[in-house]
Amino acid sequence: MDPILIKHVREPNAFTLDFYVQHEGYDALKKALAHRPDQIIDMVKASGLRGRGGAGFPTGMKWQFVDKKIEPRYLACNADESEPGTFKDHLLMERNPHLLIEGCAIGCYAIGARIAYIYIRGEFLHVQHVLERAIDEAYARGFLGRNILGSGFDCDVYVHRGAGAYEAGEETALLESLEGKRAQPRNKPPFPALVGLYGKPTAVNNVETLCNVPLIVAKGAEWYAALGPEKNGGPKLYCVSGHVRRPGVYEASMSITLRELIDGYAGGVREGRTLKAVIPGGSSVPILLPSQLDTQASFDAIQKAGSLLGSAAIVVLDDTTCMVWLAENLLHFYRHESCGKCTPCREGTDWLYKILHRIEQGDGQPRDLEVLQNVSGNIAGKTLCAFGDAAVTPVLTTLKHFRHEYEAHITERRCTLPAAWRARQPVGAH
Amino acid sequence: MSFHPKMAYDATFHRSERKLEDEGPPFVYTPENRARFDELVKRYPPDRRRSAVLPALYLAQSQQGYISANAIRHCAELLGITRADVEDVVSFYTMFYTRPVGKYVVQVCRTLSCALNGAERVTEELVAKLGLEPGTTDPTGTFTLVEVECLGACDRAPVVMVNDAWHECLKPEEAANLIDDLRVRGEAAVSGCHHAVEAGNR
Repeated sequence: MDPILIKHVREPNAFTLDFYVQHEGYDALKKALAHRPDQIIDMVKASGLRGRGGAGFPTGMKWQFVDKKIEPRYLACNADESEPGTFKDHLLMERNPHLLIEGCAIGCYAIGARIAYIYIRGEFLHVQHVLERAIDEAYARGFLGRNILGSGFDCDVYVHRGAGAYEAGEETALLESLEGKRAQPRNKPPFPALVGLYGKPTAVNNVETLCNVPLIVAKGAEWYAALGPEKNGGPKLYCVSGHVRRPGVYEASMSITLRELIDGYAGGVREGRTLKAVIPGGSSVPILLPSQLDTQASFDAIQKAGSLLGSAAIVVLDDTTCMVWLAENLLHFYRHESCGKCTPCREGTDWLYKILHRIEQGDGQPRDLEVLQNVSGNIAGKTLCAFGDAAVTPVLTTLKHFRHEYEAHITERRCTLPAAWRARQPVGAH
Repeated sequence: MSFHPKMAYDATFHRSERKLEDEGPPFVYTPENRARFDELVKRYPPDRRRSAVLPALYLAQSQQGYISANAIRHCAELLGITRADVEDVVSFYTMFYTRPVGKYVVQVCRTLSCALNGAERVTEELVAKLGLEPGTTDPTGTFTLVEVECLGACDRAPVVMVNDAWHECLKPEEAANLIDDLRVRGEAAVSGCHHAVEAGNR
């Protein structure tokens, strides 16, 4: 499949309105405005578009659930892109910002919202500048603002800058943050489609998801669905990073296999190294082993293989990677990013990190493995949002597949696989 | 109780060090920042001014370099919320500094993809070069060294963010040079994001 979403990203001025309009940009918005909003929702439903943020929930359904009887309604675009290993939305927003703006405008029209907030993570300041300039251009040409293209439809798009919080990527935490509070999740239900931003019906969609909407409107649901395997239609962006020769964002149909992505697109592991494991969907999902590399990189196939496609952040680990270190590294992340609202997660991630740290430092005890399992079991499923389940996954998945490495650390009282790319001095437990 | 004979139970929650300690000099927005604030607050419904707390704090931080108690008071008054509401937010988000920081805040991404490509070594080199532990500022107020979690640039690992700009693919052996270069050329020493460069827009 030839790239669609990122086809022009390497061309100069790809981010400008002139370039975008010359390449059929905003034609989908014109077409959408000639339809009724419910027809757009039907189109998106028929396309089978699934959310690209991680959960893979059908976007058309999400839009249909938005309560059309209550005014005002809102669209919130999740541009927090905080799952470790994910960097696709950054590329879309920086090099193809008008695609997102067009997607926001069509999304607002479909759900009957007049305001879209793009919640962008604070570390993307350079991306925000590009996006805000593109929004100004779109206003100047009448693609945003009052009475868009003479249709009577009004739409404002604003960029809202986050300030460093992984949890803000969770949809209800994102809404809390937009309301000027700590990014902590709400109890669900009610879901944002009924009670969202300012208590009003809100659709929360990922950047890549909204970028797919203009394609569906322009070229039709059937064309879109046929791009990929059944129920996994459309183009997909994959972020490949870690121990590969050519890390980067690659666009493909979801009929592609992990092997083609890693060995083909990303050039495979480096000279003299062998593949040890793959994290197929960001740090929150179970690892897959080299024997599973021929798995199709689709939502359904990866789930069947025992993991999740998540945000399609493929982190490749070669044979120099210590799996206890890996779990320690990720639990440092989760401990730091736990929002603190639910006790099992707030306290539990801290304990998991401390135990992993001391095993990695050669100070572990045999019963630690049981404690890790026990603490993990008391976090997963016992928190308001999916963070708890995400945080224990690196521990449980490494214990499941690489328990022998944990045991070797404990019996030999040291890290049994210290790689050259790791710190020379022991890293402090800070 | 403790899980471990060598590890005492401590109830210290890891964020607790982020408490606000600095009253700071008297603070009001400059006229330019006040005008900018008045623009930003219009993006939200009139009865939802609180939504502008993050933009308001960014303005305060850009003006003063960090968020003092007086800056919090000013933001709270303008937003029509309590100081506690604002401090609640300041203490939660990692990008707000509650005490003065160096001219260059060097933030090393330590999360997985960067770590797999040598981020721990980068931190070690920077610690050696600057003579600073992560989380501290040198006495001249030039550099603050911080380890941060995933910056979202995993294909250009290891990534370091200097103030608001990215420096991509920083090899450990080049880390000390970056510091020298920052001293000489300032923020021009930072590579920026590769996307615009590769497409010829920078």
